[in-house]
Amino acid sequence: MKLTGAQALIKSLELEGTEVIFGLPGGCILPAYDPLLDSPIRHILVRHEQGAGHMAEGYAHVTGRPGVAMVTSGPAATNMVTPLMDAYMDSIPMVCITGQVSTGAIGTDAFQECDTVGITRSCTKHNELVMRPEDLPLAIRQAFHIATTGRPGPTLVDVPKDVLQNSMEWHWPTDQEVADSLPGYRPNMKGHGRMIKEAAKLILAAERPVLYVGGGILKARAAEALRELAELTGIHVVTTLMARGAFPDDHPLCLGMPGMHGNAAATTAMQRSDLLIALGARFDDRITGKVAGFAPQAKVIHVDIDPAEQGKVRRPDVPIVGDCRLVVEELIRVIRSMRSAGTEQADTGAWRSTISGWRELFPVAYEPSQPGEALKPQFCMEQLRDHAPEGTILVSGVGQHQMWASQYWNFTEPYSWVNSGGLGTMGFSVPAAIGAKVGRPDRTVWAVDGDGCFQMTAQELVTASVERIPVKVAILNNSYLGMVRQWQEMFYDERYSEVYLSPELPDFVKWAEAMGCVGIRVDSPEEVQPAIDKANAVDDRPVVVDFRVDAREKVFPMVPAGCSNDELILPHFQNKEQLA
Amino acid sequence: MSTELERYHILSVLVQNRPGVLARVAGLFARRDFNIYSLAVAPAEDDGFSRITIVVDVESTPLEQITKQLFKLIEVVKISELDPRRSVERELLLATVRANPDQRGQVIELVNVFEGKILAVGTDAVTVSLDGYPAQLDDFEALLAGYGIVELQRTGRVALPKLDREARLRAVNNPGKAG
Ligand SMILES: Cc1ncc(C[n+]2csc(CCOP(=O)(O)OP(=O)(O)O)c2C)c(N)n1
Ligand SMILES: [Mg+2]
Repeated sequence: MKLTGAQALIKSLELEGTEVIFGLPGGCILPAYDPLLDSPIRHILVRHEQGAGHMAEGYAHVTGRPGVAMVTSGPAATNMVTPLMDAYMDSIPMVCITGQVSTGAIGTDAFQECDTVGITRSCTKHNELVMRPEDLPLAIRQAFHIATTGRPGPTLVDVPKDVLQNSMEWHWPTDQEVADSLPGYRPNMKGHGRMIKEAAKLILAAERPVLYVGGGILKARAAEALRELAELTGIHVVTTLMARGAFPDDHPLCLGMPGMHGNAAATTAMQRSDLLIALGARFDDRITGKVAGFAPQAKVIHVDIDPAEQGKVRRPDVPIVGDCRLVVEELIRVIRSMRSAGTEQADTGAWRSTISGWRELFPVAYEPSQPGEALKPQFCMEQLRDHAPEGTILVSGVGQHQMWASQYWNFTEPYSWVNSGGLGTMGFSVPAAIGAKVGRPDRTVWAVDGDGCFQMTAQELVTASVERIPVKVAILNNSYLGMVRQWQEMFYDERYSEVYLSPELPDFVKWAEAMGCVGIRVDSPEEVQPAIDKANAVDDRPVVVDFRVDAREKVFPMVPAGCSNDELILPHFQNKEQLA
Repeated sequence: MSTELERYHILSVLVQNRPGVLARVAGLFARRDFNIYSLAVAPAEDDGFSRITIVVDVESTPLEQITKQLFKLIEVVKISELDPRRSVERELLLATVRANPDQRGQVIELVNVFEGKILAVGTDAVTVSLDGYPAQLDDFEALLAGYGIVELQRTGRVALPKLDREARLRAVNNPGKAG
């Protein structure tokens, strides 16, 4: 069967199970947009390519399937760099197709030429320039295979225009052909048996153990196994920003988020533990604080599918390379059999009551506003949480609002939280929420955004309106680049430099309406719940709620950058001495 | 100070011979702040593969991190660490040295002592070559410097395991790809 490269590309995407492409056409990718008209694949036309990338990420976050984005060459490819890096940092499976100038023009600085493969080399797991139409199916199969196996990540396939136009003899490579074409790519899934035994011994012997759970648990779809392990051993669980939802917040063993803005019990439990069981976590500086002072008495078991994470930041006592689900399941089996053979677990009673004490004394908290005072952003988050429909997916931007979202939401199931953790990309939430809603149309999707973040990618709400993707956006509008303001207040003597946005501009309600959304403005605490109820009732278009909140609120607890986690700062109404 | 043997390790990296693979390796070292002391690439014995010989400086980064990160490159198929004490290493040096007719004899004598070659002779310069152990080349270069070096080029070392005892190629265990 003869096909053009363009037909082969679209057919390959179909065969890989693609149900939706987020994209925007242009000169070099034009040939691929023609067969797309005849394809069952849904295409969502974005307003900016960065939006397409974050939509693909949001889609991948909630479905576990790779998000697909397709854009043209040059400026479109460079617009894709931020989402690719974002997906790389957070290990999100994503496949990006870019157009390229014709093979004969490559290297001539042709119109809209850029070295896409060169530019994206360090922000993709793998990328490839395809020089012949007959190579396209294999390149697409490799891209999906690499994006979704091992440690997931973004891949990119760059396709010159003439490669799309010329014809080829159709051939769909077999699994064996794909494997043979990648002789150096063999992700290790199963953990080392002896290491797992070692780990089980340490777990049973530990007096102050903590399960330190990162995003890898979600990537491995291991939430159930995690719960079984925690309940079997009675060990408390901390969930990092990337792992919120992997373990239910209302579970008695859940400590919630640790780290720079983590709660005191979670951060301190890690800090004072004698055994950290790290599952799919990478000892990010936002978790460890000053590495030299991090969890000084703890032995470390580190389970990760990426061998390079072992020992990158903290040398593990027991490194286990493998898929988190398989390893945790094996760990459970080994612990069970050691127990039935008579090994007793060390007494963790004292540790557990210490932790309960911390949790009671140091809940994440704020001072509610007095009548007539400005609206508190944390209050808005609580109200949103309490009035969101069952199963709501929460998406966030980057800044103070993101930390409040993570702190105040009650996560009860995996894949209900979408955010930009590693790269911290302002502008992530609106397009990511759209992608999430496309992936899970049955769920309510709320984006919590900052007034700064919203202005970076808000135009995608036009996409959402036109495509009838009814997402909801709550802007915690403090008229500031609030997180930066907080640092300037605390560490730069309140010298506020270039962080004040504007209390008047833009008019978010009018802007929302101009984009085809419902716009609601909220100024006082009494208006909060009615606005949320109203927003929840809208299901035929996007909604934007502009919560005008107190600009002076800061996120606590906080570990200042570069400090040890022992130096965490509590809100003034909590007494740190009681943490001793 | 660590000795040269501790500080510099030789990695022999077998890669799929695909466009951009050298850029990936070089980019990885730059991006992760790993130090390359020297690097040489050429096609390997099998079609479709190349061998990159990299001398890495492990003073600032543990060798383990370097090999693990290298393994994450999709085209990297095999990495062997060559123990300098159990491998044969060679490097080639080319140099053009100032040598007026009075000094020419001395330079030629020096080249002969090192068992190098005279490649070209001009009125007041000669071009010489030497292949040998990197340390030998260091000595040779230092002695040539006394005459005045006009231009000098070294290839960086290539290495293979010694044959005399059992295979010395210590394969770095591929811990599994993760990307
Ligand atoms: C693209 C990008 N630029 C700059 C930053 C640095 N930064 C982090 S948080 C923040 C402020 C965000 O302001 P806003 O969206 O209003 O959120 P707030 O902190 O006020 O809740 C900035 C500028 C970033 N993370 N991303
Ligand atoms: Mg703000």
